Amino acid sequence: MSADTLDVPGLGAPADTEWETVVGLEVHAELATETKLFSASPNRFGGEPNTHIDPVSLGLPGSLPVLNEKAVELAIRVGLSLNCRVQPSIFARKNYFYPDMPKDFQISQYDQPINVDGWLELPSGKRVGIERAHLEEDTGKTVHIGGGGRIHEAGYSLVDYNRAGVPLIEIVGHPELRSAEEARHYVTELRSILVAVGASDGKMEEGSLRVDCNVSVRPLGIDRLGTRCEIKNVNSLRSLGRAIEYESRRQIDQLISGHPIEQQTRHWNEDDGRTHALRSKEEDYDYRYFPEPDLLPLDPSAEWVEQIRQALPVLPRDRRQSLAEAAPTVEADHIALAVERSMDELALAAISGGGPSERVMTHVIQNLADGVGMLSPESLASLVAMEEAGELTATQAKKVLAVLVESGGSPQKAAQSLGFEAMDSGELETLVDGLISEHPDEWSRFCEGDNKLTGFFVGQVMKTTQGRADGKAVTQLLNARRG
Amino acid sequence: MAALARLELTDEELDRFTGQLDELLDHVAEVEALDVEGLPPTMHALPIANLLRPDTPGEVLDRDEVLSQAPVAENGQFRVPPILGEAP
Repeated sequence: MSADTLDVPGLGAPADTEWETVVGLEVHAELATETKLFSASPNRFGGEPNTHIDPVSLGLPGSLPVLNEKAVELAIRVGLSLNCRVQPSIFARKNYFYPDMPKDFQISQYDQPINVDGWLELPSGKRVGIERAHLEEDTGKTVHIGGGGRIHEAGYSLVDYNRAGVPLIEIVGHPELRSAEEARHYVTELRSILVAVGASDGKMEEGSLRVDCNVSVRPLGIDRLGTRCEIKNVNSLRSLGRAIEYESRRQIDQLISGHPIEQQTRHWNEDDGRTHALRSKEEDYDYRYFPEPDLLPLDPSAEWVEQIRQALPVLPRDRRQSLAEAAPTVEADHIALAVERSMDELALAAISGGGPSERVMTHVIQNLADGVGMLSPESLASLVAMEEAGELTATQAKKVLAVLVESGGSPQKAAQSLGFEAMDSGELETLVDGLISEHPDEWSRFCEGDNKLTGFFVGQVMKTTQGRADGKAVTQLLNARRG
Repeated sequence: MAALARLELTDEELDRFTGQLDELLDHVAEVEALDVEGLPPTMHALPIANLLRPDTPGEVLDRDEVLSQAPVAENGQFRVPPILGEAP
């Protein structure tokens, strides 16, 4: 083993070594402006190819970029909601030869980005450091034609510049994530924040939110970072998790077999579930960054930043806290899910309108996955009140809820229209007593303590009443009769 | 450096440009010798900042006219030679 390979954490480690995965994410989000970052072409997803173009986004000679005020405002919103410092910044040219940028460089921010030194808090309470969140322009889209669609084979490419110049914010996190699951939580939380502050629509499937992940591994307990690989083409939360898991396994196997990791950019292939080497990783000096001479420095006034701060909406973290306080017995995952689906306001209103929090949250989590439609918080509150009073069974309440989502109105009316009328207790007692005398054997076994027979009697009651009875009430009645 | 910029240069050109680059580096050395202690860094040659444009859509170019200037076009898009590797 040579001296320099001795330095590689985990190289040649025994097979039973415990490993730690280290992940740092770079998230690109398209900002929700009307126009591009440096020109007045529309910023809109889709559209006929090359119809959202102008001299600046085509990089025509003599064209000059002018910065979009709204993009700056949205970038500051993102920075503030990620607890960053907003600082004076400049733009830089990142030079490279590729037809997705017709001017052969991308305008980005390099050594003086607009937002630095922030953090994001995961639902678990863990804080992940944010190195920077800077502005840059998106590139055009290239599609490879012929040669079997693979980029290294012969053929040609078609280029659409509709996306060239669309404003992006690139959010660079510190390598402080320790698992695929944590990485998914980070992206979910970041996306919730971006959507909440109106900075981006956060749609991974349309590419308005894109994630590059840097993955390395090291034996547990070692402080030094291993050599990382950057994974591209991760297009969903699910593939993010799969890609990280695959890549860390690959690196561990390679290190155990005695081969150091080469710093690379790798491509995630959804179909075979593997990452493939694309190229050895570029270093910053390959891009020959220099200050963009066609743009002036950006130095947002303290008043403007403060104004933006004041106008920020309540962030997901604080919304989770409010809901958790209103529904203290509901588990944290369900609280987070309700906020992620933007149903926390509805749930809070229904709870403060008198609905018991657990029942409200059960409906929000289990029965409203497809949206709230015409449902008002008041009717959700009175629906759970009816359930609580035994006027509706859980199954009936679910059906009533579907009607309320579909066409609004009060739960009383909806229940009536579905023919759900609560059985009065006298009716239920007569029914249960009848069943006991019809099934003396089952009844005596139940009396001897065979509780499985509860299910038999409840089933019989449900059959006779076509589900109108409340299962809990039947059980209570049976136990009372047993004495 | 020529390789980075994808430039093909003859030996004679390399000699000439290397000489010119040396002169540039000498000039940089002169600048480096200056005492700038206590001076704030210059972000831009002009003493102005924050030139911003409202987020209002403007005119777009006519696609057919633009594509008529391209060497080859296909399906409303620019057709370019095969690309080795993916975008950075």
